[in-house]
Amino acid sequence: MSAARRYLISGSAILLSSVVFLVPFTFILLMALKDRKEASLRSFTLPTTYHFWDNLVEVIQTRNYMLLTAFLNSVILTVTSVTLLVILGAMAGFVLQRHPSKWTGLVNFFVLAGLIIPPAVVPTIWLLQGIKMFKTMHGMIFIEVAYGLSFSVLLFRAFVATIPRELDEAAIMDGAGPFRLFFEIILPLLKPVVSTVIVVQSVAIFNDFTNPLYYLPGNKNVTVQLTLYNFQSQFDTSYNLLFMNILLITIPPLVIFLFFNRQIVAGLTAGAVKG
Amino acid sequence: MKSIEATPRIPFKRWMTSSYPVWFYLPAGVIFFVFFLFPTIASLFFSLTRWTLFDAVFIGLDNYSQFFKEPFLFQGLRNSLIYGVVTSGMKVVLGMMLGVFLTSQIVARDYLRSVVFFPVLVSTVGVGITFTALMHPTQGFINETLELLGVKGPAWLTDPRFALLSVALVDVWKGVGLATVIYIAGINAIPIEYYEASEIDGASSFQQFWNITLPLARPATFTVIILSLIGGLRSFDLIWSMTRGGPGFTTDVIASVIYKQYQAGFYGLSTAGNVVLIVLVAAIIVPLSAFLNKREVEL
Repeated sequence: MSAARRYLISGSAILLSSVVFLVPFTFILLMALKDRKEASLRSFTLPTTYHFWDNLVEVIQTRNYMLLTAFLNSVILTVTSVTLLVILGAMAGFVLQRHPSKWTGLVNFFVLAGLIIPPAVVPTIWLLQGIKMFKTMHGMIFIEVAYGLSFSVLLFRAFVATIPRELDEAAIMDGAGPFRLFFEIILPLLKPVVSTVIVVQSVAIFNDFTNPLYYLPGNKNVTVQLTLYNFQSQFDTSYNLLFMNILLITIPPLVIFLFFNRQIVAGLTAGAVKG
Repeated sequence: MKSIEATPRIPFKRWMTSSYPVWFYLPAGVIFFVFFLFPTIASLFFSLTRWTLFDAVFIGLDNYSQFFKEPFLFQGLRNSLIYGVVTSGMKVVLGMMLGVFLTSQIVARDYLRSVVFFPVLVSTVGVGITFTALMHPTQGFINETLELLGVKGPAWLTDPRFALLSVALVDVWKGVGLATVIYIAGINAIPIEYYEASEIDGASSFQQFWNITLPLARPATFTVIILSLIGGLRSFDLIWSMTRGGPGFTTDVIASVIYKQYQAGFYGLSTAGNVVLIVLVAAIIVPLSAFLNKREVEL
């Protein structure tokens, strides 16, 4: 490719991608800066007057600081679920890769089933009510763990395969039991895949809308994705506040994206190369 | 699996202290069984009942026959299929084009990759609300822009003919970044020697794409097809945040039917819809991935 042609193609790509991918984000920002009346027009124009701070304060104060409750709930849900997903997923993936037994086939089958099968919603609600976990944070955490386990186990199993068995053997010779072998020798070596699992699963759980909608209703249990309901009603939507809310809940994924882009891509493309 | 009798019984102490103890599966297994598998199995029974969550009256296949007879319920099944196939197909084509483009020698490659990928990480509901505003028939940015170009844009989300496809387009906008990074990984794994050799033989860049990139990026294509079909068939949040299944029932998919019937208190019917979704996804994904994997071995 000649240099001129290369720059021409790249230039048009940058232009096109900016229109297609950046316009919606710019739109969110513009809407969040406008006052209520101007935002209701939903036009792609610069605000005539800027209301960033007013909108921010109003969004946070709405319905008795519901957004703060939601952020707190989402953080608790995300951190706890992801911690469990890492530890339990790594334990299962480790044994699954290292020790073929009569269970291996069954476990592999469940891993695939968990990836493919959509959950049965109402029976899950019935179960949660039966064990007094409906509308509770710990019930929701278990749900997120159950739904995310397959993907974690898959990633961990693949990565354990790259750790030489000689390391295990040396540790066993030195008298390490299963706990020490796993937590002191293997788990530290899994660091790259641990960070992948953390990043991918936290984005997924933080952005989860459907499962909290079903299993965690109620104002005190609200999570960030459900706060978007606050400013939306059929006749009377405060678009400036709605988009300020979208802007605020987009910041955590943006931060993660800026710092961990590589881990995310690594996790999501695992398996794409060798099928 | 070997027969169980052939292996001698392992004493409890060895079971506990083996270096790769089977009970490491236990915590994950219990959570997976209780919160995922058990409700899935229970759904088979509850889908055959009239159910109030407190007691269930067995009514045989009535829920299913209602599901397949009522046009507004059955349409959900059709729409799920259309939505899954359309989004999956578009993600394969666009993802491959973007993947090829973003692995070539261009300026600002990393910037472009990031821009394409970022929407994958953003809240689906937020994207849905944003595009609902942008797709407004008269005030929306998209139609205002088209008007400047002299084109009269369709009433994206309010015209029954376009509504489902409009939502599918937004789904592609949000998800194509994932397909692209999968293709980038797949294309980067192709040995550069193939391209060098073909260049010496005088192959055009289209011939290179057709005879080298396309067949050797096949694992990436399979991954994209399978992942986006699984996602597309059970899609709920984007559709719900954009159209709530409307106008009428024209954009209802199985997942939104399940939610609506749940809200209306028809728990048995909702669960029957859920079983239909489970069967649909399994019936498409399992044979498809078996077929694609077989093709893989023959290569």
